[in-house]
Amino acid sequence: TWSWLALSRSALDSLFLCVSHFGSVSLCLCLGKAGQFFSSGHTNNWAVLVCTSRFWFNYRHVANTLSVYRSVKRLGIPDSHIVLMLADDMACNHRNPKPATVFSHKNMELNVYGDDVEVDYRGYEVTVENFLRVLTGRLPPSTPRSKRLLSDDRSNVLIYLTGHGGNGFLKFQDSEEISNVELADAFEQMWQKRRYNEVLFIIDTCQGASMYERFYSPNLLALASSQVGEDSLSHQPDLAIGVHLMDRYTFYLLEFLEDIHPASQANMKDLFKVCPKSQCVSTPGHRTDLFQRDPGSVLITDFFGSVRKVEITMESVNLTSPIVLVPHPPTSIFLQKPKQRDWHPPDGFILGLWTLIILIFFKTYGIKHLKHIF
Amino acid sequence: MGLLSDPNRRRALTTLLTRLNTPLCVVCYLAGVAWFMGLAFQPFTLRTYMSENAMGSTMVEEHFPAGERALAMGREFSAHKKQAGGMPVDWLVKAMQAKGLEVFTQSFSRTLPFPDENKERYMVRGTNVYGILRAPRAPRTESLVFSAPCSPQGNDQAVGLLLGLAQYFRGQIYWAKDIIFLVNEHDLIGMQAWLEGYHHTNSTGMSWTPLHGRGGSIQAALTLELSSDVITSLDLVLEGLNGQLPNLDLANLFYAFCQKINVLCTIQGKLQRNDWDSVAGYSHAVQTMLLMVLKQASGRPWGDHGLFLRYHVEAATIRGINSFRQYKTDATTVGRLIEGMYRKLNNLLERLHQSYFFYLLPSLSHFVSIGYYMPAFGLLILIPLLRALDLWVQLEGAAPAAVDGLVDGEQPSSPGFLSVMTPVVISHLTGVALYTLPVLAQQAAVEHFPVSETEAVVLTAIAIYTAGLALPHNTHRVLSGQGTEEGWRVLKLVAVLYMAVLLACTALINFSLGFILALTLVPVAAFITPHVPRIPSALAMVLLSPACTLLFSVFVYQELQETPVSLLDGWSLFLSVISQGILDHNLYGSLVYPLISLLVYPCWLLLWNILFWK
Repeated sequence: TWSWLALSRSALDSLFLCVSHFGSVSLCLCLGKAGQFFSSGHTNNWAVLVCTSRFWFNYRHVANTLSVYRSVKRLGIPDSHIVLMLADDMACNHRNPKPATVFSHKNMELNVYGDDVEVDYRGYEVTVENFLRVLTGRLPPSTPRSKRLLSDDRSNVLIYLTGHGGNGFLKFQDSEEISNVELADAFEQMWQKRRYNEVLFIIDTCQGASMYERFYSPNLLALASSQVGEDSLSHQPDLAIGVHLMDRYTFYLLEFLEDIHPASQANMKDLFKVCPKSQCVSTPGHRTDLFQRDPGSVLITDFFGSVRKVEITMESVNLTSPIVLVPHPPTSIFLQKPKQRDWHPPDGFILGLWTLIILIFFKTYGIKHLKHIF
Repeated sequence: MGLLSDPNRRRALTTLLTRLNTPLCVVCYLAGVAWFMGLAFQPFTLRTYMSENAMGSTMVEEHFPAGERALAMGREFSAHKKQAGGMPVDWLVKAMQAKGLEVFTQSFSRTLPFPDENKERYMVRGTNVYGILRAPRAPRTESLVFSAPCSPQGNDQAVGLLLGLAQYFRGQIYWAKDIIFLVNEHDLIGMQAWLEGYHHTNSTGMSWTPLHGRGGSIQAALTLELSSDVITSLDLVLEGLNGQLPNLDLANLFYAFCQKINVLCTIQGKLQRNDWDSVAGYSHAVQTMLLMVLKQASGRPWGDHGLFLRYHVEAATIRGINSFRQYKTDATTVGRLIEGMYRKLNNLLERLHQSYFFYLLPSLSHFVSIGYYMPAFGLLILIPLLRALDLWVQLEGAAPAAVDGLVDGEQPSSPGFLSVMTPVVISHLTGVALYTLPVLAQQAAVEHFPVSETEAVVLTAIAIYTAGLALPHNTHRVLSGQGTEEGWRVLKLVAVLYMAVLLACTALINFSLGFILALTLVPVAAFITPHVPRIPSALAMVLLSPACTLLFSVFVYQELQETPVSLLDGWSLFLSVISQGILDHNLYGSLVYPLISLLVYPCWLLLWNILFWK
């Protein structure tokens, strides 16, 4: 794979040489787009979409996940590259007045369930352990391929989590939690096992920003629907079904993604603008410091779609320059785990406290004891 | 040395206690009463809110269309009821089967201990009819109950609406629980028979046929009483057997839907007012709360729902009221409200348990939880404890004095065990007589006096009660040792502690009953000694005895209901309340009558004995 990049680089050089020598118009057009071919380092896309809550009144979390699943599939990622985890079955719940459907828009405009939805982990299989095993790849040998995240170091992985969360944790199935430290460590494991090229992590829960606070592995881009101390609110109350159908952030995210098609040039900066405070009531947040590239140059389809850039040309290209090995930029950076500095009271405080204690001691019992101390 | 074992410090504490005892008792009593009255003041209450996540808000669409058809069915039911002279079992079974329910019947019979003059029944025989709507896709593990009592006159529209809703519900696919539509005969007796048959218990000696169809464990139940085609308001009744209340979430659900559908809703028949800071608004809230306290203290179920609570099923009764108001609500709207409530109850995943089980409602939108109202009772219960401490101190002080005193002349004899136990035993025997004799001796009474059985029972009870007043004069003849100073102190100590424990236990189960008894018994216990002037304090004691408390409560209840009664009517009402209490105990297991006759009355008799100690 390294040689492929090196070869492509050299091909680009030779193309430039060709232009300078021949000045052909069609080659100029090729060159204009050639730069984009190699701007990102990924060759395949994966998606891990997780809904962590069960019970009928958490209908909206399943609808959230299924909406993102729908967009991701529409933009090109096949089912074999999507790991979909749904903690409860809303479509066949006894209380669903429209069985076999999950709606994401009131007035039942959009049914995100159907006969082409492949749920890989369902019901009680959605646990913290299974989620972490999927991410790190430590699954028993009998696990079928559809339940595995078979990503490599050229994969861009989209990870979407939704459910009920709090400051530093996400609740799974009403019985257990995953903490932000665990999640950060799981990503570090993925990095060390070369299981991703870049990760886009989106979380839509209350206080979602706390979940990406502890990340320390490189090439992670994170988005959350609300800051610490804020609640993510639900949207789309549907009177016929009797529950809220979507959460606000994912609703506006879905609206944004409906405008994206496989050739669209929208970048991450547009994604950061999705659902401002006026629409979402909570303040969405994002984290880009661990990400190598500038978010403005990252296309939405780098993560949400599975775009193969193919250009058919009738020209032959002569590659004359020798192959130069270009080192892969991210390997040279190994970030350390940030030191956790807990809050200590300022030193002056402790000094002052002891001074006060000694002063009071001497005031009560007299100065004559001083000579016994010193 | 420790605070209590150091004799000097101890003496200082005890003198303080003795000196401050009476003022402290008075302050505690006034504080307790003031706290209780302050509970109804709106800033001291909390707004009601839905605690159960699964029920959430009133986010449903109600589509029930067939109010007129329901009323037509009600008229048919009324006609068949007149024809059959009771419950039209066959017609009802056919009607329910036509709606697609699984219909079953249950027959029951019960002979009351004495005829019930209020409802005019003695040997009761009847049939319950119920139809089960099976949940289309769910396992049959949970169910909801919707019932309407079949009464000889009235309540036909409720049965009609029940049938209309059954037909509408049958066409929906979103039910996750079975819904049981129950029409019970002879209201509470029929309901008791059905519940006993459903839960396989037999606690009241009724005979009934076993139920052939069951629906799973009942999660919630609603009873509807509707006697007119249009209504102006809906009244919610919560108080159940022995003062048990359903989970507050049920009341919150009802109130939320009333606000959504824009129906006027009341509790205790009183409308809500907005002016809590005016005197009139505050007194309105106090009246509503006092009505709830009186109803809860009576320990009787105030609607058919009251018997469900014993089986841990949250239940409430909705009563339609048609008064002289401009804006009328029709049956379709009532049907929609009930449909909305059942759709929300359908969403429940577990029994209602998130909200309060012990509360007082000064209005439908505000409540007082147990944490706020219990200190009022705690302040009252402090008084007997203070008195007990005072007596203990006095007894301790008397004993050493007797030791130090010169042995000359008469030696104050320490009270014998017998002289204290005798009043206790005799009081309790009188209590047992009050509990058992009225019902047992009714035949003998009817033979000798020109009264009916009910009157015989009630008058025997009152006679035994009054006969107990003559006891002290008789027990003194039995006792060998005459009244000593220490004797009455020991007896009073026992009586006061006994009363404190009794009232505290009562308040834990039924706060209202405990509080009302404490209000009248605690001053008696605090101030009774043989040395107070006899005639006035005897009169005061009789006025504060349980029977007179009941009499006053009857008058107060009628005043609060805005139907004040004259003295004679009040007296006959009082007699009927006593007979109802005895009947409730025999039929449904209400504990108020045994509590009063076996425990509270002997306690009061002990104090009466102390008054006449010399």
